[in-house]
Amino acid sequence: MSRSSDLTDAPEALEEASFLRDTLRAFRRNRMAMLGLGFVLLLVLGAIFAPWISPHDPYRVALDEQLLPASTTYWLGTDNFGRDVLTRILYGARISLVVGIVPSLISLSIGTMMGILSGYLGGRTDFVIMRLADMMIAFPSLLLAMVVMYTLGANLLNIFLALALVGWASVARVVRSQTLALREKEFIEAARANGTARVTVMLRHIFPNVIPTLIVLFTLAIPEAIMWESSLSFLGVGVQPPEASWGLLVAKGKEYMFQAPTVAIAPGVAILLTVLAFNFIGDGLRDALDPSMKD
Amino acid sequence: MLMFALRRILVSIPVLIGITLILFIMLNVVPGDPIALMMKEHASADVIERVRAQMRLDDPLITRYLRFLWDALHGDLGNSIKLNRPVTDLILKAFPNTLMLAVSAALVSWVIGIPVGILSAVRRDSFIDRFFMGFSLLGVSMPIFWSALLLQYIFAMKLELLPVSGFYGWQYMILPAVVLGWSSAGVIARLMRSSLLEVMRLDYIRTARAKGLRETGVITRHALKNALIPVVTIMAIQVAGLLSGAVITEAIFSIPGVGRITVSAISSRDMPLLQGAVLFATVLVIFGNLVADILYSVLDPRIRAQMRKEV
Repeated sequence: MSRSSDLTDAPEALEEASFLRDTLRAFRRNRMAMLGLGFVLLLVLGAIFAPWISPHDPYRVALDEQLLPASTTYWLGTDNFGRDVLTRILYGARISLVVGIVPSLISLSIGTMMGILSGYLGGRTDFVIMRLADMMIAFPSLLLAMVVMYTLGANLLNIFLALALVGWASVARVVRSQTLALREKEFIEAARANGTARVTVMLRHIFPNVIPTLIVLFTLAIPEAIMWESSLSFLGVGVQPPEASWGLLVAKGKEYMFQAPTVAIAPGVAILLTVLAFNFIGDGLRDALDPSMKD
Repeated sequence: MLMFALRRILVSIPVLIGITLILFIMLNVVPGDPIALMMKEHASADVIERVRAQMRLDDPLITRYLRFLWDALHGDLGNSIKLNRPVTDLILKAFPNTLMLAVSAALVSWVIGIPVGILSAVRRDSFIDRFFMGFSLLGVSMPIFWSALLLQYIFAMKLELLPVSGFYGWQYMILPAVVLGWSSAGVIARLMRSSLLEVMRLDYIRTARAKGLRETGVITRHALKNALIPVVTIMAIQVAGLLSGAVITEAIFSIPGVGRITVSAISSRDMPLLQGAVLFATVLVIFGNLVADILYSVLDPRIRAQMRKEV
């Protein structure tokens, strides 16, 4: 295919490709964002291949090896049951990553649907959805999540539910305000004038234009969910032992702060670095996708 | 002005009612018998029956909800099952401790956040700016329970400068206030920075510069007045947020506040106490938002005009 026909045949594809390329280039230039991405990739690999990477068993109890200091065998020492701290952190990454991603996806889906419906349909639908969102936002998030865990019981699935319930409302607000702005644009008006069904306008014309925002919201929702999960687990209403979530590791380790501070401090460092990494990625994506959102 | 405040108060009433309804449903539609669950195997069948009758748990849900709402309006949140005392008394006794923690944490966050934000905005894109903003991101990314442990370890266990936990005097408040305040200082700093940067772009700042005012004069006398408005308003929301964020801090430092009541209510499955404590915290947050909105309109006439059009 010659170059000229490329240009005339697919101007849309070309434009999209260059938008993507510009975004990627801008993102790649952001050193902190790339650093964050590198860290997250390492973490994901570490979590997936944990059984092959670590020579230790995260659940094996060895009472003669309690609270050992860091050594070449146990890089971060051992906990009160003689389990390798680093291995426990690596296995904890599985839970923390899943807890970061799954509830964020759920709350993003609900929030997007609610936001587009609210913004595009307006009127009574808008009123009802937005008042519902007001209520959810007025609830202190941690308390709301704690109440859900109290009612449904402490397990991983309920953590997903609790965090999704906490997160959807703010997504809905952002998506709604974007939808309101989009609704006034000419291309939406044109689609409407063509007699396009409302559902189609929302799915085909509004939704694709919200995607860049959703990507940013998603990357920023992950660290938040990780924080909430670790807080819930720390308070004892999240992941239950012998499972190893980072928040739980800190909670259990704090009993031995005097003898072996690394047992509690190391998993906290893992939380901190992961949250930072995702925040850097989110900031980088935001700047790359929409430079006007900077500052 | 008064009309606006009045209207804003009226708008928050349905939100409040909705929240009580959601909370009530979530706590009262527990799968299984809540009383049996609460008392586990220690209680015989007729004890369970008596408590059920006492709490009138056999009435229809809607009757129970209305009664709960009516009693709550009269300051009666029921009795704690575990401690067998009125929930209202327990909360009111714990609240001053939580309030003291929240206010001192807020002070810490302002003392750190506001100067850092101003300095970052003035020296925008400099090393200082990047350093401070990185630092504030660090503050936001740190789990409270972990920074608390870290400070406890350093200042209480290693250096032995401050008490580890408990609550018997002002020195017991220092670590908790720093931990909780530090976590929101980053938010304040970022808001202060972006707000000041936005104001510095405005025409009246250019005018002030054009008439030969020195840069410090431009910032302190002209820019800050407007740039502080969003920061001041977020303070009201922030205090409310800190009141509930105190849950973790109180748990770690063993401060007998509302947050610790909440956590212990969950572990002892004391439903009336949990319900009361969460309701209390949520009402505070709504109240904080209300104050923030009204404060915003008092401080900024432009908002007032805009809201008059909207409401």
